[in-house]
Amino acid sequence: MYAYDELDRTLINERVEEFRDQVKRRLSGELTEDEFKMLRLQNGVYLQLHAYMFRVAIPYGTLSSKQLRRLAHVARRYDRGYGHFTTRQNIQFNWIKLAELPDALADLAEVGIHAMQTSGNNTRNVTSDQWAGVAPGEIEDPRIWSELLRQYTTLHPEFSFLPRKFKFAITASAHDRAAIKVHDIGLRLHKNAQGETGFEVLVGGGLGRTPFIGKTIKPFVPGRDLLSYVEAILRVYNQYGRRDNIYKARIKILVHELGIEKFAAEVEDEWLAMRDSALTLDDAVVEEIRSRFSYPAYQKLPHMPEELKQAAHDPLFERWRKNSVFTHKVQGYAIVTLSLKPVGGPPGDATAEQMDAVADLADKYSFGEIRVGHEQNLALPHVAKRDLPALWKALDKVGLATPNVNLVSDIIACPGLDYCSLANARSIPIAQELTRRFANHDTADLIGRLHINISGCINACGHHHVGHIGILGVEKNGEEFYQITIGGRADENAELGVLIGPAVPYGEVADVVEDIVEAYLALRARPDELFVDTVKRLGVEPFRERVYATR
Amino acid sequence: MTSPLEQKIRIAGPSIVTANRTSDGVVIYRTAANGWSTSLPDAAIVRTVEEARALLAESVADDVGAVGPYIAPVEIKDGGKVKPGNLREHIRLKGVTIDLLPLPA
Repeated sequence: MYAYDELDRTLINERVEEFRDQVKRRLSGELTEDEFKMLRLQNGVYLQLHAYMFRVAIPYGTLSSKQLRRLAHVARRYDRGYGHFTTRQNIQFNWIKLAELPDALADLAEVGIHAMQTSGNNTRNVTSDQWAGVAPGEIEDPRIWSELLRQYTTLHPEFSFLPRKFKFAITASAHDRAAIKVHDIGLRLHKNAQGETGFEVLVGGGLGRTPFIGKTIKPFVPGRDLLSYVEAILRVYNQYGRRDNIYKARIKILVHELGIEKFAAEVEDEWLAMRDSALTLDDAVVEEIRSRFSYPAYQKLPHMPEELKQAAHDPLFERWRKNSVFTHKVQGYAIVTLSLKPVGGPPGDATAEQMDAVADLADKYSFGEIRVGHEQNLALPHVAKRDLPALWKALDKVGLATPNVNLVSDIIACPGLDYCSLANARSIPIAQELTRRFANHDTADLIGRLHINISGCINACGHHHVGHIGILGVEKNGEEFYQITIGGRADENAELGVLIGPAVPYGEVADVVEDIVEAYLALRARPDELFVDTVKRLGVEPFRERVYATR
Repeated sequence: MTSPLEQKIRIAGPSIVTANRTSDGVVIYRTAANGWSTSLPDAAIVRTVEEARALLAESVADDVGAVGPYIAPVEIKDGGKVKPGNLREHIRLKGVTIDLLPLPA
C-alpha cells in the first residue's frame, strides 16, 4: 500500500472544499450548468439517465481494507447500497445526489480516496496490473511508476485541458493484464540488453469509435527519463491534437494521421529539447515514492500446506481453486481473484455488504489489501495457501466464490442503456442472460478460457473490440441490435476482433453466442486450443457460416 | 457546447420535454403550468415543432431547477394514457430493466 503524505492529504481536502463551494453555487443558480459541467466532470460527476453518476478513482487498482469499507459506506449512505467496478479500476455509484456529493467526497478524502480527473479532457486514473508487486517474474512493482505518474499528472496545469481524455496503463510482466496496448500511452517495464530497467513506450492505442492497437514509439526509455518523455508526447498531442472534432480528438487519431514515424520524430525533437530538465528523475525521488509503499511481512510457508491437501478432496473447492487462485511470487502464498460475475448478476457490481465482507477478509487473510482488475473483478493479493479453504467458504457465504474467473461467464460489460445516457442499447441484461446460458460449470470448463466483452454503444466502455467475443449494442429504427466480433484480445498479443456479419436483435444475442461456442467446440484442434487461437487459425468464416446459416 | 435551442428540432408525433432535476438528478417532465413534475402524465404534450421549441425554450430558461432538457417522443394510448415513446425514455421512467444484486432487507 502507498501511504499518502501531508501534501496528498491537503490536496484532496482542499479539492473537496473547492467542489463543495462549486456545488453550492450551482444549486443556488450562481453557476449555470454550462459553467458547472466541466467542474463536475473533473470531479468524476456525470449525469446519467436516472441520476448523477459518481466515478471514484482507485489508482493502479490498489485499495486498503479501510478504503474499501469507506466505499461501502458511500454506497450505503449516499447511494442505493451497491457500486460498480469499471474497466479502468474505478468504482461508480449510479444514484448519487448532487447536493450530497461534497459530503461523500469528504468521507472518501478521510481515507485518501478522491475522484479527481476520473472524467474530463485530462489525464485519467493511471491503471496497472492488478497483480502488481506479487506476480512471479515481474521486473519490479509497476505501482511505483504508476504513483509517480499519478502525482505528476494530477492537476497538471498544462495537461488539464487536453484535446480529449488521456489514459495511461503500466505493466511490468511479460503477460499483460493491464491492456496497455489499448491505452493512449502504454508502458511496459523491461530490461534492455545491458540489464538496465526502463520502459517500452506505446502510444495511440484505444478503442471507441475508431479502435487502434498502440504502436511502440520508443523501445526503451530509462526510468530517469520517463516523465520528460511522457511530457514530450503530451506536448505534441496538446499542440497538434484536433479540437475541432470530438470524434477525431484522441491521440490515436493524431498518431494514425501523422504516422508513427512522423509522430515519433516530433516527440523526439520535443524531448531532446527538454530531456535534461527538472523532469529528470533522480534516484532519490523514485526511492522516496518506493519507500512509501509498504509490503507484507511474509512468513516462510510450505508450498503445499496440509489444509490445502485436505481441501483438494472437495470437488467444489477444487473447481474454485483451479480458476480463482494464482501463483504468487512468494512460496506458500497465492493471489485470489474474487469473481464479481455471479450467475444472473450485473458484471462488476458489489453490494456494500460484500465490500465490507471483502474488507474483513482482506484484514484476516491478505494483510488488509485488495486489488481491482480491469476485468471488473477484485483480488486478494497476499493469501497464505493454508488459508485458502477457509477463505473460499467465507467468500461463498457472501456470493463471491463463483468459480468462473476467465471462463465464458466472466463477462466484461459497461452499464449500457440501463444507466448510461450515451448508450444505444442495453449491456447488462445481455450479460445476465449469457451467464444463465453458461451457468453449468462443466460446460464452461469444457469451453475453457473465453472472454466476452459487451458495450452498449460505440464508445466501447465494455472493450468489445478486444473481447474474444465482442458484442456491441447499436440502435436500428428504435430497436436494439448487436454487432458481434470475434478474435479480439487485450493482452500482450492484443488484436481487434473481426465482425462476423449483420447485427442481430436483442433476443437472439445469446443464441448467436451459443452458436459461436458450439462451432468452436467442433472446430478446435485439441481440447486445450483456446477459442481465440481457433479463430486465429481458421478466421471468422466458419463461425460466420454457423451463425448465419439459419438466420 | 451547442444549446438545445440551436439544434434542429424534429418531432414525428406527440412529444414532451424532459430533463433531470439539478439537486438529485431525478427524471422530471415539463408541465403545462411552467413547472416540473416527476410524473409523466403531468407533462405538457406538444405536437408541432413550434410548440416543442417554445416548451423547450422555457425549460432551458430554468437552468437552476433542471439539467439538460430535451424533447422526447411519447405515445398517447386509448383513453389518453401517456407512455414513453422509446426504450430510453421507458427506462428513464420505469428504472433499470435488470436484476440487481440482492440487498439485505
